[in-house]
This record gives sequence, structure tokens and C-alpha cells, in this order.
Amino acid sequence: MENFEFINAIVLLANFVLVPALSYGSQLALATLSLTIVYGVLRFSNFAQADWMSFGTMAAILFAWLFQSIGITAGIFPTALLALPFAIIVTALFCLLIDRSVYSFYRKQKSQPIVLMIVSVGVMFILQAIVRFIIGPNDRKFFDGEKYIIHALDFKNYFGLEEGLTIKSTQLITVIVALIAMISLFYFLQKTKLGKSMRAYSNNEDLALLSGINPEKIVIVTWIISSILITTAGVLYGLDKSFKPFTYFNLLLPMFAAAIVGGIGSPIGAVIGGYVIAFSEITLTYAYKKFFVYLMPEHLEPSGLMQVLSTDYKFAISFIILVIVLIVRPTGIVRGKII
Amino acid sequence: MTKFLSCTNMTGGYGGEDIIHSCDIEVDKSQIVVIVGPNGAGKSTAMKAMLGMISLKEGNLILDGSDISKLSPQDRVAAGIAFVPQTMNVFSELTVEENLEMGAFLRDDNIQETIGEIYNLFPAMKDKRNQLAGELSGGQRQQVAVSRALMTRPKVLMLDEPTAGVSPIVMKEIFERIITIKNSGVAIVIVEQNAKQALNIADFGYVLVGGENKFSGEGQELLKNQEVRKSFLGG
Ligand SMILES: Nc1ncnc2c1ncn2[C@@H]1O[C@H](COP(=O)(O)OP(=O)(O)OP(=O)(O)O)[C@@H](O)[C@H]1O
Ligand SMILES: [Mg+2]
Repeated sequence: MENFEFINAIVLLANFVLVPALSYGSQLALATLSLTIVYGVLRFSNFAQADWMSFGTMAAILFAWLFQSIGITAGIFPTALLALPFAIIVTALFCLLIDRSVYSFYRKQKSQPIVLMIVSVGVMFILQAIVRFIIGPNDRKFFDGEKYIIHALDFKNYFGLEEGLTIKSTQLITVIVALIAMISLFYFLQKTKLGKSMRAYSNNEDLALLSGINPEKIVIVTWIISSILITTAGVLYGLDKSFKPFTYFNLLLPMFAAAIVGGIGSPIGAVIGGYVIAFSEITLTYAYKKFFVYLMPEHLEPSGLMQVLSTDYKFAISFIILVIVLIVRPTGIVRGKII
Repeated sequence: MTKFLSCTNMTGGYGGEDIIHSCDIEVDKSQIVVIVGPNGAGKSTAMKAMLGMISLKEGNLILDGSDISKLSPQDRVAAGIAFVPQTMNVFSELTVEENLEMGAFLRDDNIQETIGEIYNLFPAMKDKRNQLAGELSGGQRQQVAVSRALMTRPKVLMLDEPTAGVSPIVMKEIFERIITIKNSGVAIVIVEQNAKQALNIADFGYVLVGGENKFSGEGQELLKNQEVRKSFLGG
């Protein structure tokens, strides 16, 4: 019996902490990668990045609706996955259009990063307006296909436990897609000539020019990669939870926190940072009462919720981590650039 | 008969006051030209002007008979000029080998042969090829910087203080390598603080003061010139 209590406690944590944090962490890692790559190569903090996430997800939803209306679905997989490549193309094209019409002007002036940052706030407002104009501000669920891989009820019955483990298909899809995206990105940056030239440009712009690397090409590739990552992150997040422009905008803080925790400008750091923030948010806002009920003898059982912070404060966690990192180790975990 | 690379009457600066005034620098194939002069004389600025990294008010820049003054820096690199800047002259976050690959960015042919030649020229590079350039010693870093520039197989190699901060032995080694490179037919322009040693290997030298050509002549001739000796070579 003792043993079962312990297993129940573990399953409980896996179900409510480990699995959700892994999938949220993967989504955040992808989003942070796009933020950090724009920072590393184009040298400014892009405040519009969370709204690019909204824009990309909106594009995917519209394509998914279109596909559904003409009877195309992906069977057990969500239709949005089919729509993803098309959404990426639309997002990348629009991103390049914005670059041509807005950012390139300031690049030619050799504007300071702070100027580009303010410009990105302007782009952010434009994107917010466009998204709300096209799809509206409401919460939308666009998930279809097979919902569960493991359902809590089946799990309980099968193992004869009190606690069940649920793994939603979106969670598994998230982790797999994120893994593929990260591996391809690292392969691209480390092994291909174009990827190496991006790192070279990010490291030493003048010397890159002197090596014949064309900065305009690097800028285009950077925006395309950023669009791929951010649209994928947005669609995965939306499939897992739901799509609401304001919720997406709120992800800007965890994204920046993750980028800075990991070391801004460093892709590895972005991945580490994404998981650190996700796990901190979820472990600190989870109510551990039931967990302790399983583990403690009856007379020692806690009476409170055993929750460090209420879920209402989850953004405070990103903020606190951000402040601590900036004070204690401004370069982040992996030595990145100091903002 | 104009030289292989002929930059004459260059006047300009960084947007404010002019830094160089009617400055001339010319170099031929298989020739080493050395530019010396006090700190702040405009030596680095003259080199940047030759590469198109600053825009000139005036100046005639001719490479192998064709006008290059309208070309962007990248296009001048493609035309055969390679430049090793005075500072930040390696990709510190890339490995030595990646630095070499980036040097060859414009090339589509097989670069392994050139990499091999460079490892022969600087054997130390081969052992360090998977190390980040930022983690190397000053002398090794200079070797990476020169190697990166050589990867384009340039016709003109411009070096801004290639021996800054290296020991006399490494300095001698770098100069010897530069002579080897010259003998392969490359035109070389060097800015140097170690004026005596540099003028010793120079075919021709310029003394730049206040952005103007103060003296010019064959290396040995400048070394013997009393006035040059007194003011720049320490007697
Ligand atoms: N990026 C820049 N912007 C504005 N002025 C500059 C810049 N770089 C150099 N200068 C100015 O141009 C002048 C000449 O500088 P330059 O670097 O060409 O000298 P130098 O002869 O190479 O000196 P050193 O021997 O110390 O390297 C200096 O007065 C310097 O202040
Ligand atoms: Mg200088």
C-alpha cells in the first residue's frame, strides 16, 4: 500500500507538472529561439515577436478552416499541421514586406538598436490591429483529430492506480515537432555554409562584409527562420491550449525572460531558457496538497493548498527570474550578449 | 605605367572633418608596400578608404586597369582585394576552420586545397582548427586573421598591423610568411608600428603624417633617410 501511495504521487506530478511543462517548455523554446536569432543577427530586441506568433497562428487557422471547408483533414492529426507550411510562407512573406517597408530604412541609417526596438513596438501595434481585424479578439479552439494518446481513465483502470496520467496528442506532437525544428536549426547553423555565415555575421558584421557575405541575404534568411520558428511555436501552443491574441501577446514576457536566462543571442541558451521558465512557472504555481497527502502519514497531512504562488501570478515568475538573472548573471546561463 | 593597384589623391574621412588628404598609395604584384607613421596619422583610414569602407570625397582607385571606386566592399573583395583589419579581425565565436571557410565564402570551388596550403604556411593553425578563434593567443589569432584573408586567393592583400602585440619571434615568423605570400605573386600593403623591421622587407614605403604622404621611397632608402630616422624610427 505504501508503495502505491508513492507511485500515485509520482503519477500525479507527471500528469500535472512534468507533461504540461515539457510541452509548454518546447513551445516557449521555439518562440524564444526566434526572438534570440533576430536579436543575435539583426541586433535588436523585437517586441513584435509575440504578435508575429499571433499572426502566424491566425494564418494557420484560416488555412485549416479552408482545408476543412473543402473536406481536407489530416485524419487523426490536427488539420492545422497541414496548414502550418502555408501559414509559414504567408508569415515569412509578410515579415519580409514589413522588413522592406519599415526596418530596412532604419538599417540603412545604421540606427541604434534602441531605435529599432521602438520601431518594433510600432510593428507590434500594427500586427495586433491586423490580427484583431481579421480574426477578432476572441478565444478560438482549432484542434481536431484524435485528442488523447493516453487517457487518465484508461491509465487508472489499466494500472489500478488512483491517479491517472493523461497525455494529449498535442503534447506529443509539440515535443516531436519542436525536437525536429531544433535539430534542423542547429544543423543549419553549425553545418551549412549559409548557417555559418549567419553566425559569422552575428559575431562580427564588418569582417563578414570583408569576407564577401551579403548582409541583405542574411537579413532575409533570418526573417524566414524567425517566421518558421514563431509560426510553429504559435500553432503548437494554440493546438495545446487555444488561440487568443491577447494570451499570445502575454507570452512576450516569458519569451524575453527565457532568452535572457539562457543568454540572449545564444540558440542553445534559448532552448534551456524556454524549459527553465516553463518548469519554474508550472512547478511554482502547482498546488502540491494532494501530492503530500499521498506521501505523508495521515496526521502530518497539510491543510493548505501547498502552492507557492497562485496561477494568477504566473507572469510574475518570469518577471522575478528576469530581474534576478539581470542582477546576478546578466550574460545568462550560456554566455550571451549583454543587453 | 600605373601600378597593379593604384589609389591616388584620396581625400575623405568618417563624415566629419577629412582625415586623409590627397593621399597616394600604390602597389604592384609581387611587391610589399609598407605604410608607417605616428598614431592617428590616418593609416587605418587610408586602408579602409582603399576597401570602400568609408566614402571618399575625391580619389582615383584603379585595380588592374579598371576603376573600382564605385564598388562596394564586398565587390572589391570579389575583385581580388583582401583586408585584415587592425582590430576584431577574426570571427571569435567561430572555430579556426570555420574562419577559413568564411574567408572562402565567395568561392564555389573546392577550398580544401587552399586550406591545406594555409596549414602548411601556419602549421599551428592545423592543431587548433577546431578551437574557437576567440580562445587563441594574440599571435595565433593574427595568423587566423591573415589566413582568413588568404582564403579568397587574393591578388592584393592588405594587412593593418599584423604584428600588433606579438612577440619578436612570432613577428619574424609572420614577416617571413608575408614574404612567401609575396613571392607567390600577391601585391601586399602593410601598415606597421614595427617600422624598422617592416621597412626592411619592404620594396616601397610611405610615411603618413596628418593624413598626408610625408615621405615615400624604397624601403632601404627610407631607412637611411635622416629625417625619417629621427622622427619615426627613433634615431
Ligand atoms: N570610426 C571612426 N569614426 C570617426 N573617426 C575615426 C574613426 N576611426 C578613426 N577615426 C579618427 O581618424 C583619425 C585617424 O585614425 P586611424 O585609425 O586612421 O589612425 P592610424 O594611423 O591607423 O593610427 P594607429 O597607428 O593608432 O592605428 C584619428 O584621429 C581617429 O580619431
Ligand atoms: Mg591604425
